[in-house]
Order: sequence, then C-alpha cells, then structure tokens
Amino acid sequence: MKRVYVNEQWCLGCHLCEYNCAFANSGEADMAFALRGKTLYPKIHIEEDGKVCYAVSCRHCTDPLCVKSCISGALSIDDGTVCIDRDKCVGCLTCVLVCPYGAVAPGPDGAASKCELCLKNSCGAPACVEGCPNGAIVYEEREAVTV
Amino acid sequence: MKQYLIVGGGIAGIHCIEGIRSVDPNGQITMVCAEADSNYGRPLISYYLEGTTDAVKMSYRGEDFYERNGVIALHGISVTKLDPESKTAVLSDGQLLSYDAACVATGSSPFVPPMAGLDTVEHSFSFMTLADARALEQAVSPESRVLIIGGGLIGLKCAEGLYAHTHNITVVDLAPHVLSSILQPESAEVVEEHLREKGIELLLGDSAKEFQGNRAVMNSGATIEFDLLVVAIGVRPNTGLVKEAGGEVGRGIVTDSRMQTSLPDIYAAGDCTESRNIVTEARGVLAILPNASMQGHVAGINMAGGEAVYDGGIPMNSMGILGLHLMTAGSYYGEEDGGRAYLYKTEGGFKKLFTKDGFLTGFILMGDLSRTGIYTAMIRERRPLDSIDFETVFRNPSLIPFGRAFRRQNLGGEV
Repeated sequence: MKRVYVNEQWCLGCHLCEYNCAFANSGEADMAFALRGKTLYPKIHIEEDGKVCYAVSCRHCTDPLCVKSCISGALSIDDGTVCIDRDKCVGCLTCVLVCPYGAVAPGPDGAASKCELCLKNSCGAPACVEGCPNGAIVYEEREAVTV
Repeated sequence: MKQYLIVGGGIAGIHCIEGIRSVDPNGQITMVCAEADSNYGRPLISYYLEGTTDAVKMSYRGEDFYERNGVIALHGISVTKLDPESKTAVLSDGQLLSYDAACVATGSSPFVPPMAGLDTVEHSFSFMTLADARALEQAVSPESRVLIIGGGLIGLKCAEGLYAHTHNITVVDLAPHVLSSILQPESAEVVEEHLREKGIELLLGDSAKEFQGNRAVMNSGATIEFDLLVVAIGVRPNTGLVKEAGGEVGRGIVTDSRMQTSLPDIYAAGDCTESRNIVTEARGVLAILPNASMQGHVAGINMAGGEAVYDGGIPMNSMGILGLHLMTAGSYYGEEDGGRAYLYKTEGGFKKLFTKDGFLTGFILMGDLSRTGIYTAMIRERRPLDSIDFETVFRNPSLIPFGRAFRRQNLGGEV
C-alpha cells in the first residue's frame, strides 16, 4: 500500500507540509482565508533540533496500536488506511497516549486528529507530498526496513 | 467446520471474533453475552451519561458486526458451566453448546463490600455497564443529590457523567487522595482542586460506616444526605467459569502467551485475566481496554489455528475529568526504590517521568499531552536510556535522539 514517507536528507524544515495539510483539511477554497489568524491542527509535524529535521505523520501501521486502544471504535482500518470517525470519537486521547510516532494529536473540537492520506478530503492524494518544495515527502509503496 | 464459543460481548470478545475471522472465514462462531448490550466500549458509559455520545455512536464495530462476521450472538444469557473434557458449555437457558475452541472474556464485576444498611438505600447503583448508565440517566434530575463511594477512575468518570445532570455530587474515598492507584499525592491534589472548583464535594480519608435510607453516616462522624448512591469501590475479575472447570486462577485467569488457559482448548482474554507487567515483571490484572483488545485478538488467532503472541502490557490511562486531562503509564519509582524522577513544567501543567535501572518506567502528565505515545513506547519496548540523549526526549518528545538508523527503520518503511 502507498504511504507517506519523508526522505530526511531532503527535508528543509520549511513547515510548508504543515500548512498544506491544515489547508487541505480545512474544507476552504482559499488558503489565506483557511489559515490566517487561526490555530492550526496539522496532521503532519516537523521534528527538528538545528541539525536534523524531518516531517512525521501517521505510519498507517499494519497492526496499529491506536486502533486496538481506541475506546469508542472511532479508529479503524479501511483498506489499509487508519481512519478516524471524528463523530464517534469522545476525545479520550488514548490514541495520543499509545502512538509510538507521536502522530495522533488532539484536534480543534477535542476529538483526535490524524492523517488519512487526504483520501477523504477534496485532494484525493496527500497534500503534504504535492506541496513539498524539495520533493522530500513522497507517497509510494515501500517494504519494511530491517536493520 | 470448526465451532467457536466466545463468552462475553465486551472488547476482548469482539477482538477475539476479529482474530478468528482473520484466520478462519468459515467456522461457526457463537457469542454468549450476559448483558443485554454488547459491542460497545465500556469506558464510554460515562460519555453516554454525559451526553457526549449516544447508543448508536457507541456501537464499537457497527450494528451489523455480528451479521458481517457470521456470528450467532446470544444476549441476556450466561454460560453457567464449561466442561473441557466433553468440550461443552451449559447456558443459563438450559442449552448445551459444543465447541472446538472457547474463549472466556467475562470481564469483571463491581466489588461491593458489605456495608451496614446498604439494603435500606432506595436508589443504589453500580457503574459498570451501559444498563447501569441508562438506569442512572433515568433516575437523575437537576435536583438530585448524588453520593459516590470511590474516588478512582470509575467513581470520577461517573461523577463527570452525572455533572451534566446535577452539580450536587459528593465523592468519598478511603484513601487520602483521589485516583490513588494512578497518581501521586501532588498530582492528585491538582485534580482535587479542579473538582472542588467545579463544585464537587470531596470527602477523602473517610468511608461510610452505615446507611440509613437516604443518609450515610461516615466513620469521621459526618452525615451525608443523598438521593442517589453509586458504589464504585473497585472491580473483581469474573474467573468463576475457569476456576470451576479446574483451570488455574490467580488474581485473574492464568494464561500462557498464546492466551490459552491451563485447560485444553479454553482461552481467556480481557479484564478477567492476569497478564505480565512489562516493567515490574509481576503478574496481575491489567484491566484496561487496549489490553483486552490485544489479548482478544491473539486468543482468536490461536483458537483458529494461527500463531500469535501477547507478551504483556503496562498500566496506562488517558483520562479527561471535567476539562482537565491527564495521562499516566507504567510504574513510579522514587529514590528509595533505586529510581529517579524528572519533573518538567509544561504549557498548562507538568510532566513527571520516572526511571530505574536505565529505563523509563512510568510517567504522569497534565497539560501538554502531545506526542506522549513516544514515552509510552519507550516504557513498553524497554528502550535503554544510556544509548540516547534521554533528557532531550524528556523535555520534548521526538524521535530525533533515537538516531538515524532508528528513524530509517520506523519512519522509512512499512511498520
């Protein structure tokens, strides 16, 4: 299955992916209108320490801890994509407590918020990938990495 | 065609069904559930009472779950006896069911100690099932005076649910602090202050000596008048079926890592079982929903002839209480136990992380909860702290200090 991966050596830490993500999931047609002066709840975030930077979003794990831990059944797997039914979610945030990647976050209305690969919004494919200026974020099929 | 029997329709039972179906699409599955309701997350009952969710949204895997998975679901019926030799189960309605593999996922029951005069209380409740929540919803009015015995997770979540109906709530606990099983005194005090600000009365270090109708006489001498009483002192695992069939039972039903009991072809999962605590190596009941899911799934796969292992868990909780959210996990060691605590102020709260023998063993967080799962994974996976700049992670949870190879494995391919 295709997932979002970040080639760490190409990430500039520009945070554009966060803005593109927030815009793609806003339901608005105009980016400035969607984002200006608002608290953003992007489903992808940059981790950086001055030397290293890269974006992290949901790994869409094959056996996701968040789905197993969800108390309401709001998190489920739909054809490989880990999806959230925000209407079912009661905002207990157990998913935030268990995600090893820190990729699930509290959303604007208290319900949890996570990457659904833009499959449910008008983009149809991850907006973070499309908008990455350095081609660091890719949407492709990969095997497990063994070290 | 293989015949499966699942005793219990809670989260462990549901995941057991999914586990079976991931291996065997055709076997006949019968689920027997003592409650009239099944297929719902038990922790949701407080959200139901609060009005944050409803009976339809609460359906854990959807209304058509049993139909979709070809499951015969029997509600309001319990299994009264398992016979591992003849591989049969006797049901409370007299039916005799044969099985090839059975899973006991009977959960736990409220523990109500003998209390003088409890039988004189007109409106007394437990808070364990959706039926309990419905009964409370029916009984409560804006004028109701509620007395909750027990200031643990169940008692406080019940208080939160009832708070949407009445603010006249008193919570009593024998311990000097609320949430004494998951918090330390300083963090509990933050919760107590928050609850008192909301107008909830707390009576700590006290217990009910006697009930006289609508009045509770406390050991301290105080008396409390109430309309509704909720007893939320604790729960006991429902181990009877396995014990009576001759299976090994400790504090909960004993299983191997495949979730099989000591009895042939009888498995167990969820709150009725014991599991290994990854941090302490002790065996005990880890009655939390994620544990029930994982165990149920593993039991189901093994029942159907697959291979899966559950090798333990840690206590953990993410809990909101009237707008204050806290997360806890693992074990808290002080210096007297050879451990060390790291305390940080965060936006709107604090985090306290506990280490011992070179591992993160536990934490208590309030306020900024983002990316807490990175800490939980460090505890669960027993990642050695000596190979990383752990104080950087403690200050700000990220995958940076774990290094490039770690990230390549965890972020660079399918996981």
